[in-house]
Formats: sequence, C-alpha cells, structure tokens
Amino acid sequence: MMYSEKVLDHFSNPRNVGEIENADGVGEIGNAKCGDIMKMYLKIDNGIITDAKFKTFGCGAAIATSSMATELIKGKSIDDALKLTNDAVVEALDGLPAVKIHCSVLAEQAVRSALSDYYTKQGIDPLPIVGEIKEPEE
Amino acid sequence: MEKRFIYADNAATTAVSEEVLNAMLPHFRTAYGNASSIYKLGRDAQRDVEEARDKVAKAIGAEPKEIFFTSCGSESDNWAIKGIAETMAKKGKKHIVTSVFEHHAVLHTCEYLAKHGFEITYVPVSDKGLVDPEDVKNAIREDTALVTIMYANNEIGTIQPIEEIAAVCHEKNVIFHTDAVQAVGHVEIDVKKQGIDMLSLSGHKIHAQKGIGVLYVRKGITLPNLIHGGAQERNKRAGTENVPAIVGLGVAIEAATRNISEKAAVIIPRRNRLIDGILQLPYTRLNGDREKRLPGNINISIEGIEGESLLLMLDQYGICASSGSACTSGSLDPSHVLLSIGLKHEVAHGSLRLSIEDDVTDEDVDYILEVVPKVVERLRSMSPVWEKMMNGEEVK
Ligand SMILES: Cc1ncc(COP(=O)(O)O)c(C=O)c1O
Ligand code: FES
Repeated sequence: MMYSEKVLDHFSNPRNVGEIENADGVGEIGNAKCGDIMKMYLKIDNGIITDAKFKTFGCGAAIATSSMATELIKGKSIDDALKLTNDAVVEALDGLPAVKIHCSVLAEQAVRSALSDYYTKQGIDPLPIVGEIKEPEE
Repeated sequence: MEKRFIYADNAATTAVSEEVLNAMLPHFRTAYGNASSIYKLGRDAQRDVEEARDKVAKAIGAEPKEIFFTSCGSESDNWAIKGIAETMAKKGKKHIVTSVFEHHAVLHTCEYLAKHGFEITYVPVSDKGLVDPEDVKNAIREDTALVTIMYANNEIGTIQPIEEIAAVCHEKNVIFHTDAVQAVGHVEIDVKKQGIDMLSLSGHKIHAQKGIGVLYVRKGITLPNLIHGGAQERNKRAGTENVPAIVGLGVAIEAATRNISEKAAVIIPRRNRLIDGILQLPYTRLNGDREKRLPGNINISIEGIEGESLLLMLDQYGICASSGSACTSGSLDPSHVLLSIGLKHEVAHGSLRLSIEDDVTDEDVDYILEVVPKVVERLRSMSPVWEKMMNGEEVK
C-alpha cells in the first residue's frame, strides 16, 4: 500500500497534536469497523477558529488526515470549516489509497462534531447548521 | 542512538540466501534446459529438479515421489483441500474439519467449498492459541473427507500438537493435511513419524524465492490433477518446471533443516528478551503460548494504540515488523487469529508481530527495546483511547 510523501510527512510530524483546555468545541468520532477514534478540539473567537488540536487513535491515514484537517481549518471562519470536505483533505494530502478514504471522512466528521458541540454549548441547536454527524461506514 | 536497519518480519517473507542464489544463477543463462528435453541440457535440468525433490523429501522424512512442486504455499493448500474434497465427494463425504485460525489460503478455500455443498467444522483454539486434539476428534463424522490444521500459526507462532491430531484422524480413518508453511525450518518435521498425510510448504519463508511451493502427498492418496497439460509432476501438475526456483528451494530447505536446534538455541534467548522487554510496558500482553511457539515469533498486543501507525513509526527507525498478517493489511477487520484467542477488537488492532532469525543480533534486540517503548509512548500520548483508559473510563 502506498502512502504519499505528504501523508507520511503529516504522519511523522503531525501538526496540532494535543488538547485545548477550555475548548469552545470538542468533538469525537469513531469508525466502528476499523475501531479508529478521532477527538478534535476547537478554540473559536468571533466566528473564527483560532486554534485546533486533535488526538487520534488510528492508522497512519487517520493521523495524517487529522493533522491536515486541523491545518485546513485553523484561522478560517466557522462557515469555511463547515465546508471542509473529506475530498479536500485527501487532495491536500496528495491522495489516499482507496481503503483509506474512510479515514478522511472521519477527519471531516470530527471537525463537524466539534462545531456541533460549539453550537450546543452556545445554546444553539446545531442540527440546522451543522447537519447530522455520520459515523463513516466502510 | 544510531539508526539501524532490522528486518524482523521473516514470517512475511525472507531474503534469498547467497547459497540459494548461487545455486539458482546457472539455471537462468547456462543450464537453462527444459527438464522434458531429451538432450543433455534437458537431462541435466531434469536431474537437478529430481535432486531438489530428494532434498525436500529428506528434509521432511518423505519419499521423493511424494513431493510435488507447486507455485506457492497457497496453491499447495488449495490443491490439497479442493483435491481431496473432489475425490471424497464421490464417496459421499462432504465434510471438512479445520480450525478457526488457519491462514486465508485454507480458510477461503474452505469457504469456497462451503458454497459448493460442503460442510465445514471450524474447531476453536484455546486462549493460548492451541488446537485441542479432542475437539478435532469430536468434530470428525462419518462423512468427514479431510482434516486440515496448520502446523504453526503465522501470526502468533503457536505450534500445534500435530502428532496427536494426526493420530485422532487415523483412528477415524480420515486424511490429515497440515499447512506447515511457517513451521518448516523452525521445528523438526518427520511426516512418517508424525503421521502427516499431506503437507504444504512455501519457499519464500525459508530463504528460497517467492513463488515456489511444495505439496507432500503420502503415497496411496490419490489427488486429482491440478493443471492439465504436459506430464510434469507425475502428470498431476502440468507446466514446464521452474527449474531455478526448484533448485533454489532444494538448497534452501536443506540449509533450513540442517541445524534447527542450534539456530533455536541462538534465537530463543533473544526472542525471550524481546518478549520480556516489551511486556514491561503497561497494558501489554503476549499472544500465544509462550513455550509452544516458533523460536523467532513475538506477538504482543499493546493497548491504546493502533497497529498500522505503530508499524509506520517503527519503519522510520528502520525496523520492519508486522501487525497481524501482511495479507490482511488491506482490510479493516482486526486479525481473525487474534480474535480467535479471545482478544477484544480494539486490543487486536494494536498488536505487534516480530519474527526474527539468527541474524538479529543482541545489539539489534537492544535497539528494538529502546525504540518500541519510545514509539508506543508517542502514539499513546496522542491517543484518545489511551486517555480514556488512564481516566478509568470504559473503552467500547
Ligand atoms: C501459514 C501460511 N500458509 C500459507 C501461506 C501462503 O504461502 P504463499 O505466500 O507461498 O502462497 C503463508 C504465507 O503467506 C502462511 O504463513
Ligand atoms: S483505517 Fe479506519 S480510520 Fe484509518
């Protein structure tokens, strides 16, 4: 199985690993089949994601996509972060093997799950804004 | 710490040894005859093939005419199982006994037969990864065509009580096949003494090339022809012999079985040091019986981390290892072998298999024991599962 240089780079030197204390939004998502779990922490000021961190239990692609996803949303508005697709994460990583595409879905959904938590904490129903969080199926 | 390169995945495949390569090379450019040809170049090839057959036979206590060359271990398994199934079905025997933790070459063949009217009984294995001959005995029925149980497991290295299993099969007059791909060259095998009717082995696990295997078939057992065509392999498997590969396998099996106990005496202490060293990490467990295991096999579950990322990090330190079986790396399911010995899914996902030979030195062992804890700690520090475990939360 071939991982791109970018994937290996983000795996070996993952950006934004860790937790944010008093995060404004925390999301966790897992894939029942492969057992992988991602936890995403967001710091949000005035609708802007000022910091993003993650913890991941999972394969190389799970770690690399978590790392890339946090990079892609940092400094962006919530609206932009909600538009982040797994395809964009895959593209930014120069592709993923077919069996590993679901790992990028996990990253996408982890971001959404953290945003959903943010809205809930604000007393706003996240469903109309974020939509449903899907545990990726293989 | 200076980076090393350590190949600790000999259960996946091995390097072709210099001795084997040197024996093979003339057969590409000078001694390239077709073993079926009448002139000297052909006769020489024929002689070399038969010499290799003698060596294989001698290595496992068989007779040369009981040895059939195939293209790989998987082919040998397929031929043995489907062949006996075909023969026995004519006698109304359409039941096969195997174990839950066989290699996929056996399991998928059995699943295929199950779709074609056969019934398969999968005997369980203990939490130590051992088949109980009593279970095999109880599984055998009037209509049992074949029992196939692996000699040594490819993931956890456990060595099965082959002689006892063979005995219960013979008591009930059932043919016994064993996949000995992982066992050959690591444990003493004598098919006659142990009562093995059929045995599969593969060259690339014992320093021959990839793509050469053997099926031993005790005389008296008739197996349908596998490939129809020329008269090679006593009419049973047509196709011009792969002379270089066959010659290489002959040399390889001779070398591999020459000094099994001397090699084990070197490897076992190193293996034990690796096992004990890695088990010092909290939340780890050894998979498979400690004593009844291949000399070079280490299989340890490390909770809170996932196998693939562990392997990728070890790779960065120059350590080639495996997590479960290389053949299943394309699938998301945890190893069926680890599940069969009772591991929970998330524990099975974080397993590390090292399979060493005597070229892994004491210094290499030191290096591995320095690297593994470092890598495990790094991965655990970024694992939400580990965090939960440390907080005493239930991990699903
Ligand atoms: C136990 C066992 N059986 C069968 C095989 C298949 O052998 P081959 O790769 O030669 O087809 C392997 C190795 O992959 C194995 O470990
Ligand atoms: S294999 Fe499931 S997240 Fe990577």
